[in-house]
Amino acid sequence: MPTPDENADLGARVDAAVAAALAAIEAAQTTADLQAAKAAHNGQGSELAGLNASLRDIAPEQRKAAGQTIGAGRGRVAEAIAARQQELAAAEEAAQLEAERVDVTALPRIRTAGGRHPLTMLMDEMSDVFVGMGWEVAEGPELEHEWYNFDALNVDPDHPARSESDTFYVAPADRHMVLRTQTSPVQARSLLTRELPVYIVAPGRVYRTDDIDATHLPVFTQMEGLAVDKGITMANLRGTLEHLARIMFGDEARIRLRPNYFPFTEPSAEMDVWHPGMRGGPRWVEWGGCGMVNPNVLRAAGVDPEVYSGFAFGMGVERTLQFRYQLDDMRDMIEGDVRFTEQFGMVI
Amino acid sequence: MRIPLSWLREHVDVPADDAADWLHATLVRVGFEEETVHGGELRGPIVVGRVLSFVEEPQKNGKTIRYAQVDVGEANGGVRGIVCGALNFVEGDRVVVTLPGAALPGGFEIAARKTYGHVSDGMIASERELGLGDDHDGIMRLDPLGIPGEVGADALALLGLDDQAVEINVTPDRGYALSIRGIAREVASATGQAFVDPADTARAAVDAGPASGFPLELRDDAPIRGRAGCTRFVVRVVRGIDPTRATPSWMASRLRLAGIRSISLPVDITNYVMLELGQPIHGYDLAKLRGGIVVRRAQPGERLTTLDDVDRALSPEDLLITDDRGAIGLAGVMGGAETEIDATTTDVLIESATFDGVTIGRSARRHKLFSEASKRYERGVDPAVADAAAARVAQLLVDLAGGTIDALGADQGEVPAMRPITIGVGFWNALLGTDYRVEEARGALERIGAVVVEQGADAWTVTPPTWRRDLVDREGLVEEIARIVGFDRIPSVLPVAPPGRGYTRAQRLRRRVADALASAGLTEVLVAPFATERQARMTGAEPVRLENPLDGERPWLRTALLPGMLDTAHRNLGRGLTDLALFELGRVFVAVDGQGTDELPAADARPADDVLAALDALPAQPDHAAVLLVGERVRKQPGTAAARYGLADAIEAAERVARTLGLELDVRQGQREWLHPGRTAELLVGDEVVGVAGELLPQVAADADLPRVVAVAELDLTAMIARARVGLDTARIAPVPAATQDLSLVVPIGVPAGEVQRAVRDGAGTLLEHIALVDDYRGQGLGEGEKSLTFALRFRAPDRTLTAAEASEAKLAGLRVATDRHGARLRE
Repeated sequence: MPTPDENADLGARVDAAVAAALAAIEAAQTTADLQAAKAAHNGQGSELAGLNASLRDIAPEQRKAAGQTIGAGRGRVAEAIAARQQELAAAEEAAQLEAERVDVTALPRIRTAGGRHPLTMLMDEMSDVFVGMGWEVAEGPELEHEWYNFDALNVDPDHPARSESDTFYVAPADRHMVLRTQTSPVQARSLLTRELPVYIVAPGRVYRTDDIDATHLPVFTQMEGLAVDKGITMANLRGTLEHLARIMFGDEARIRLRPNYFPFTEPSAEMDVWHPGMRGGPRWVEWGGCGMVNPNVLRAAGVDPEVYSGFAFGMGVERTLQFRYQLDDMRDMIEGDVRFTEQFGMVI
Repeated sequence: MRIPLSWLREHVDVPADDAADWLHATLVRVGFEEETVHGGELRGPIVVGRVLSFVEEPQKNGKTIRYAQVDVGEANGGVRGIVCGALNFVEGDRVVVTLPGAALPGGFEIAARKTYGHVSDGMIASERELGLGDDHDGIMRLDPLGIPGEVGADALALLGLDDQAVEINVTPDRGYALSIRGIAREVASATGQAFVDPADTARAAVDAGPASGFPLELRDDAPIRGRAGCTRFVVRVVRGIDPTRATPSWMASRLRLAGIRSISLPVDITNYVMLELGQPIHGYDLAKLRGGIVVRRAQPGERLTTLDDVDRALSPEDLLITDDRGAIGLAGVMGGAETEIDATTTDVLIESATFDGVTIGRSARRHKLFSEASKRYERGVDPAVADAAAARVAQLLVDLAGGTIDALGADQGEVPAMRPITIGVGFWNALLGTDYRVEEARGALERIGAVVVEQGADAWTVTPPTWRRDLVDREGLVEEIARIVGFDRIPSVLPVAPPGRGYTRAQRLRRRVADALASAGLTEVLVAPFATERQARMTGAEPVRLENPLDGERPWLRTALLPGMLDTAHRNLGRGLTDLALFELGRVFVAVDGQGTDELPAADARPADDVLAALDALPAQPDHAAVLLVGERVRKQPGTAAARYGLADAIEAAERVARTLGLELDVRQGQREWLHPGRTAELLVGDEVVGVAGELLPQVAADADLPRVVAVAELDLTAMIARARVGLDTARIAPVPAATQDLSLVVPIGVPAGEVQRAVRDGAGTLLEHIALVDDYRGQGLGEGEKSLTFALRFRAPDRTLTAAEASEAKLAGLRVATDRHGARLRE
């Protein structure tokens, strides 16, 4: 059995081995250094492993205490390794992240922005307002039969608007085809094909033989509305327009109706919108035409004007865009310069 | 219509201050849009002066000036020295002098200033400087013009230069408002003033009895749309006039403000009465007339030289005024040259007639002669005013030109009776949603000149006045009631629509496609559909041509979007925007057999179904989607090389459209005349070719002034949306691992990779979940004319983890089909 001297000797040897191991662990600067230190001081062939192995030579009654001494030593070493491991891993991760640092203002740009044309977005937005109220969006041909564009809308065969100075005719003209001069033929088509009541908007392209300038385009976009139901009044027309105006131009927007003339409506009105955001201060802006559907239009579509009444309206989408965004020149909208469209992004 | 304020004031009260603004505001309320204000831009002192003496002084610049002593009256400083460049006056002439402090049109201020060695203490004015006309040959001399005015008198008032005219827009249904008579009535209605009809005044004022005995015949063998060309024709004769007398300055001033040039006293009188009463008048030199007058349609081959000295071939639809020699006037449009009033005319025949608007409108358009007369006839002239207008002209010729009214004359035809309209009491409120009172509605109708008769308690019979032939139904009456009582009293009530179905599927999908392309970095453009013949025929579809294009070089409608987008791309490139990714969604137009109809159906009731069906024989108008890519897709940047757009990007854009619609797009080698022969891809959905992608043929790009490589795609969006996936046989997403394997095989170079891929897919069967081409190798280790394609394959069974052997077996099954179809062998 070992003498107390021998016990003291074991304790000293363990302490020395642990101290050497802790120093090596402390000195390790990388996880590789640490692994080497671990192997040298706690692995096979290390002093602590040797001491541990020598336990079998110790008398059984002393073996427990010696084992505890060695185990405590090895435990301290293992703890130190784990702690150092964590430190080194954190430092290495930090170094890696630092190495991966980039200049976020100089990263490659792969895709161009792209964007929808503000006119189509505005058309969508206006349509959304009506769809939200339960209306539907109707469509019709842009190259239209003259009957739908004029006769069905109560435009007299000798009305000046039918002349070639206003309307594009498809050759040969005696086959009675035109580029529609308004979206109103969709009204006639809707009344002929849909079940009553009808609440529709018809956005789309229209054509007039106007020369291009800052406020006129030969090809432009209209938003047409039509409501035909029992008991529809001109007050309903005003209410509908005012609802749209508030969404388009803000809560203070209002609608003013002025008497006017259109063959397809009676009474007919010009509508002005009070535009609170107008550059240079709020003011009335001409927005479009409207009125109560002329009973002749209802009759041509087989709707009994004694039972049903309706209102219709139409406004230029270009014009709406123009004064909503203070655009001086409508030509910017059709030239296809990508800078014009890109400034809107996908927001209208 | 321009309304001189001094003229209107003869009939209704107009406030003295801000009169033009007041009148505009008043008329806008009742439906006449404001346009502008004419006149009133001159400011005094502008006075009548007399040239006492002058000396002519030649100048170094070759010009001769006159230094004149001009008496402008004691109140204006007596005699002033004035430098004048004009040489057309003599000593003793009365002239118009603008004194220091005056302002001329355009804000030109007059001041005493030194010029040509003298102080010029004012300016002697020409007609043009005063805004009176174009005459700038010399200064305005008052004596030859017969303009009175003492030296020192205010020339502004004398010449009517203190008057203003308000211009308004008159809608085509309101011909009556193209007259002072009509406007005065509107102002009276709008402001509640009393109104005396100037037609009644004119009838009462004429200093002669009824006239008769002039041989006149109204004939119409070919009425247009059943409407007689002439329904009333009044003739008056005034003899012994002096046509050389000057037009009084008040009349000249009003004509000028109304936009009508002064011609001669007799002609000015006819124009004046037309403006006043709305009745076009024509004056003939009675001495030049041969026999009586017959009103009739033109005969084939007949010709007429009109007042503007144009020799015109006439149409059998033209209505003529004729005498024994033939045509002497194109009715309601313009008189003939041969019977024109001139400086020797002493006896005048006055024509005051009611012509049909359709006949006159057609003649005006046919001869491109839009006169003040034709404008009024086309919009409707009050048939009851013809006699009053003739009387008014006759009386003015007596008063101003020294003539006497003859007993010779005629008044043929009639004033057609007005058709009464029945309207329910309160119908206006039912249509308008208003609370107008019964007496307000009745008052409005009476104020516009209608006669209201009660039919029991609930209905009225309303007879419109003769000048309101546009009023034919109760809705028209409601418009009048609303106009007079006030549109501002219509409340705002949002109607409640029945539940809607939202957007249609096509509408939703179109919007998604546009959004998808925009999100992919493309910019939407909108291009007008007008095309040159070459553009319209580029894709081979049969185009539609316009009868009356704006641009003679582009009379066709597009059959594809791309040709127009080339122009848009070019415009951008010209502005330095060299890298472009554009898309457009829009309609194209393709001719069909038998498009259009010969007839226009009636519109008084719903046409029969077969008639309606015939109207739909229109050119095909599908929606297309097109993409144009040019320049750099990725620009050179730190760490990134530049990459240019090419065919792959165009196909990718097309695939994006297809995926958005739930469609699988098949790509196969194609040919188009306008695309690169080796870089053209036909795009298919199932068996249907729905579009094409490619790079432009370099020559096509060069013709459009674009760089050599322009990648494009054009898709028939309507066809694709029609085939868009409906519903989906959804697979359970199997939570089992996949087995991945590569397959490298060797095929002849000419075999498209897509075909090989299809073969492998077909052979590998349902276990193959995904296949992608990852390499295309040619060169060492392969035979001449061979290539090696490598595909990455991903296999999965829905119910179990596949073994490597099962995956290999499926792969080899794919290889076998590729071998059968394309002679593929496994690459060792």
